[in-house]
Amino acid sequence: MSQSNMMNQNNMPNGMPPHMNGIDSSHSSRDSSPTVRYPYMTQGPMAPHRPIPANQLPPTSKTINQLSQNYSNLQINNQLTPRTSPKMFSTSTPNEQVKDNQSQPAIDRNKSQQSQGGVLSPIGFNHSATSHFSNVALNGNSVSNLGQTSQRFNVPSNFGGTQLPHQNSLPSNAVAPPPRPPLQQTLSQPRLMAYNNGPVPTSTSSPQHAVPQNHMTQRPLMNQPNRMPNFNLQPSVPVQSPATRMPTQMRMPNSMQQYPNMHQQQHHQQQQQRYPTPQQYTNQLQASDQLPNVTSNSVHQNSTPAQDIPIRANLHSNRYPTQPQYNQSHQQQQYTQQTIPLQQQQQQKLQQNFYQQSSQNVVQSGFNKLWGVENFDLLQTPNILPKTKVEVPRITLGNELLDHANCKPDIFRCTMTKIPENNSLLQKSRLPLGVLIHPFKDLNHLPVIQCNTIVRCRSCRTYINPYVYFIDSKKWKCNLCYRINELPEEFQYDPVTKTYGDPSRRPEVKTSTIEYIAPSEYMLRPPQAAIYLFLLDISRAAIESGYLHTVCSVLQSELNNLPGDTRTQVGFIAYDTALHFFSFADGLSQPHEMTVLDIDDVFLPCPDNLLVNLQDCMELVTDLLAQLPNRYNNSFETGSALGAALQASYKMMASTGGRVTVFQATLPTIGPGALISREDPSQRAGSDVQHLNPANDFYKRLALECSGQQIAVDIFFANSQYVDIATISGICKFSGGCMYHFPLFKASRQSQNESFEKCLRRYLTRKIGFEAVMRIRCSRGLTIHTFHGNFFVRSTDLLSLPNINPDAGFGMQVSIEESLSDVKSICFQAALLYTSSKGERRIRVHTMCLPVVNNLTEIINSADQQCIIGLLSKMAVDRSVQSNLSDAREAFINVAIDILTSYKASQNMGATSGLMVPNCLRLLPLYISALLKSIAFRSGVSTRLDDRVKAMCDMKTSPLPNLIQQIYPDLYPVHNLHDQNVIENEDKELVPMPPILQLSARNIDSNGAYLMDMGTHMVIIVCSAVSSMFLNHVLGVSDYNSISDEMYELPSLDNEHNQRLHLLINYLNDEKPMNATLQIMRDSSPNRNMFFEKLLEDRIETALSYHEFLQHLKTQVK
Amino acid sequence: MAFNFPAFSYIIALIVDAFLIFFSLFHVIAFDELKTDYKNPIDQCNSLNPLVLPEYVLHLIFNILFVAAGEWVSILINIPLIAYHINRYRTRPVMSGPGLYDPTSIMNADTLTRCQREGWIKLAFYLLSFFYYLYGMIYSLISS
Repeated sequence: MSQSNMMNQNNMPNGMPPHMNGIDSSHSSRDSSPTVRYPYMTQGPMAPHRPIPANQLPPTSKTINQLSQNYSNLQINNQLTPRTSPKMFSTSTPNEQVKDNQSQPAIDRNKSQQSQGGVLSPIGFNHSATSHFSNVALNGNSVSNLGQTSQRFNVPSNFGGTQLPHQNSLPSNAVAPPPRPPLQQTLSQPRLMAYNNGPVPTSTSSPQHAVPQNHMTQRPLMNQPNRMPNFNLQPSVPVQSPATRMPTQMRMPNSMQQYPNMHQQQHHQQQQQRYPTPQQYTNQLQASDQLPNVTSNSVHQNSTPAQDIPIRANLHSNRYPTQPQYNQSHQQQQYTQQTIPLQQQQQQKLQQNFYQQSSQNVVQSGFNKLWGVENFDLLQTPNILPKTKVEVPRITLGNELLDHANCKPDIFRCTMTKIPENNSLLQKSRLPLGVLIHPFKDLNHLPVIQCNTIVRCRSCRTYINPYVYFIDSKKWKCNLCYRINELPEEFQYDPVTKTYGDPSRRPEVKTSTIEYIAPSEYMLRPPQAAIYLFLLDISRAAIESGYLHTVCSVLQSELNNLPGDTRTQVGFIAYDTALHFFSFADGLSQPHEMTVLDIDDVFLPCPDNLLVNLQDCMELVTDLLAQLPNRYNNSFETGSALGAALQASYKMMASTGGRVTVFQATLPTIGPGALISREDPSQRAGSDVQHLNPANDFYKRLALECSGQQIAVDIFFANSQYVDIATISGICKFSGGCMYHFPLFKASRQSQNESFEKCLRRYLTRKIGFEAVMRIRCSRGLTIHTFHGNFFVRSTDLLSLPNINPDAGFGMQVSIEESLSDVKSICFQAALLYTSSKGERRIRVHTMCLPVVNNLTEIINSADQQCIIGLLSKMAVDRSVQSNLSDAREAFINVAIDILTSYKASQNMGATSGLMVPNCLRLLPLYISALLKSIAFRSGVSTRLDDRVKAMCDMKTSPLPNLIQQIYPDLYPVHNLHDQNVIENEDKELVPMPPILQLSARNIDSNGAYLMDMGTHMVIIVCSAVSSMFLNHVLGVSDYNSISDEMYELPSLDNEHNQRLHLLINYLNDEKPMNATLQIMRDSSPNRNMFFEKLLEDRIETALSYHEFLQHLKTQVK
Repeated sequence: MAFNFPAFSYIIALIVDAFLIFFSLFHVIAFDELKTDYKNPIDQCNSLNPLVLPEYVLHLIFNILFVAAGEWVSILINIPLIAYHINRYRTRPVMSGPGLYDPTSIMNADTLTRCQREGWIKLAFYLLSFFYYLYGMIYSLISS
């Protein structure tokens, strides 16, 4: 198929040519006709009557009743409990305290405690400090201010009865809620309970109560020695007894008291929409009972039976008609609500011991963690990095089944797990909105479906996915454009159970990552064969680097493992100042070399036999690979005609498409696309970096031509001098290729050669998809703004990818064009249509669904810091190319300032002395300060231009986990693996998992050994005072000085110390596409800089330390 | 009532301006087609790029005539656009041929919106100045 044909497919009206129905035709996707849309709009007011999960419920009188009912249950239960054990009180007190705190949105939690404690902003401030303390305490730093806070929490419980009328001007008998209280009262009900912690009437006089009280007041004393003064934000606040605090409260001016009250009321109303019903709280409470420091994951774990029922209508309930079946689930929900408190009671008894020991704000912070809304003062928390891998925030749609079906975060990830309702809200949060996708990732379990008709929306061509809505068994409603579509008869059949009936059992509807084997409509031409062409630089510099030996030996050993079928073809071109073609014609005993000297007007010396079937000509190819390394040993041509070689390969492959692999060792200086060295080595450390842009557009234009003919170009740079990657990379960028860079390559250097070999081996044997296109669709109201990665954008949502490989990641910036207030969730769908190496046309579809929210606090708390960093780094690369590097660096800092400022504003924190961040963004400043020191964006440090440009290209194309590891490598202490936590790997072996350390010299101990995992490379640094046991048993050397400077593998020794380290390294390698290269060095080795320059938190001459960076942010955050 | 050089320059400006109106109309339509996926960016850039320089040159021609005729007001009106054109061409992406539009970056939503807006604004400007030139022509014919 010719280029124009490929390119013009979008000209045709939707659905016209059958082959276009694949991925291509959706110009009408955004606008379904108004007649279709109208009915859903009128459904709007109906929505509240529909039984949707409680956390999505708007405030109705019914829920409020349940709420209060549930509270009264609790109350009664508490009072009925025999008071034999004094623990009972302390148990119930934190329980309800926390419950009520939880039931309020994060924004006014400080306020509610202010009013409880009766002290204004200092206490509010103190509260945030304490929650921070307790986190620190949980993190093992043993900083504790527990007693002080718990004391304060106790106050209301003692004086609850007296305070109530004063604060709320409600009769104190409102404590026991009437069965149907007036709306106003009910609204304030939960708050009343907050003041009324525990069994109020008896507690003050009860002698048993003295026990917990005593316990609490003793706490500060016990913790005194551990307390670190610099963490204590308000050491001067004395621990007041309840009696002394009481008058303080009474003296409070009225206006001051009322402000928080009004605030609470407002938020309380909102809260009912956004938070689960008390019954769900109860569940969460139970979960937290079991796990004192539960993480946000556990929100997910404890679903009620009611939630387990698939309630598909929840997602778009405003648009979807009511379904009778949901009433049932509602009843069930009510039922469970009644039964739960009893269970909870039992649970409480079981957990009393726990509460006896821990004080309230451990639970408090546990809950904050549970909700992911805790915040940190960065300046006071130097050890911000979690000990284990940073957890990926989960998307919660309020329905277990749908949550489970959502796309895995390592494939599809959004910068926030909740989408703001409109653009102004997004702007307020200052967070970037975008998605990162790794569409062709190697997957272990991928459902593959072969069917006659692939079910897709008729108007926007969306593939059917778990988030569509089935109106009945014959119709479904698209979740992207909301059109109602017919369901084909075939879809009623469930291939797994071989039964007819329920369409929701189909794998398409159960999982959001799925692969279809496409019928012939999805083909523009018969699926192409796997065709590989290798371009080898044989100029003098290339010969001297010795890369040819490695390439040829690896290729020779992997020839049989190249992905492909019987049609697989290979070809070779070598080039210096001339092009050397190799013909593998029949009857030749060895390959025939043809040299073309005319490089300005390239032609092919013979029409065929240049690309030959691999299986037919295996011997000739092997023969050539054996000859090649030494064939040009005596050539002294310094020029390299890369441009001409690429043009020749274009001519060879134009009719078929395929993959061109280029090995380039020197700057192409002659022929078309010749370049001159632009780098001025004396300017390497300058702050103004020139020449990030291409010098000419030859490679870009050629790439576009290649892209039209389904040819992708991949380049291995094995250079010893400047090769102008900025210009040459154009050929990869726009043809969907990939790039590898081995600066200062010498095959004689073992470590370099090893990593080159590993890369090449992985490259040759990994999966490959040919003639691919990827289309990203998103719900109406959203548009994809900018794409990042290696591809050619053929239309607003279609990426042309001549080849797709499993290591390619993509990023998209998304903008909100229309208000999303009438939907509950939005979806992104990425569909990748490709030809597998076996000649099958396949479509891989990923769908991700995200809830829509309208609350700023929630949006900020739903941020995904790693994904934000991934997207920001891509945007910064664009910025530094279009503008300049210092602009990009400034933009990074501004993003951090903006986000922190907006968080502060959203929390109404006022003037605090700290730098507060929400939990979900706490690593953002750390990553940004690391990015500013990364090879791509650093300034003032001598950086070769090529290295910088390559690092920038990596930022655009690396999948997120790799990118994060490049930006901020993992550092593990490995000298005492025997007393670390263990985790199980796939083979059920116990792998020691040391805590991840922050990259700072203060974590490096002179008697330790440390492993730094930088993604493709691992370094173990052995410090001078390391124990001789480690040296002998783990490294197998007699003493420190006998560690050689060239130690590139860990010896296998027959002792458990050594095996533990092996297990750890293998475990870390398991997560990577290819094993990392390992280097072991002393801390006095000449290569040690490789390790020490990665200690990114420390101050270097030209850049701030992490702490200084925070100080700078602090001065800027208003 | 006599034919003089200012009147001549206005007549030329009128004719050229009519062409420019068509150019910017084409420009707007082309970007709309890109936005709605009807055209492939490579083809579209290939058809747009050759028209960029002629447009600029045509615009410059009648302004030179204005200078020669001493029509300072008309010059003043057009100077911002000339400056914009020069700046726009100076900061164009790296490309070997003439033109402004690069198929690899044109699909960026920002670029697309900017180009489309540019088209509309130019269209409005050329239309308004068309009537101004008409007025200028009649005025210079009458006054002399």
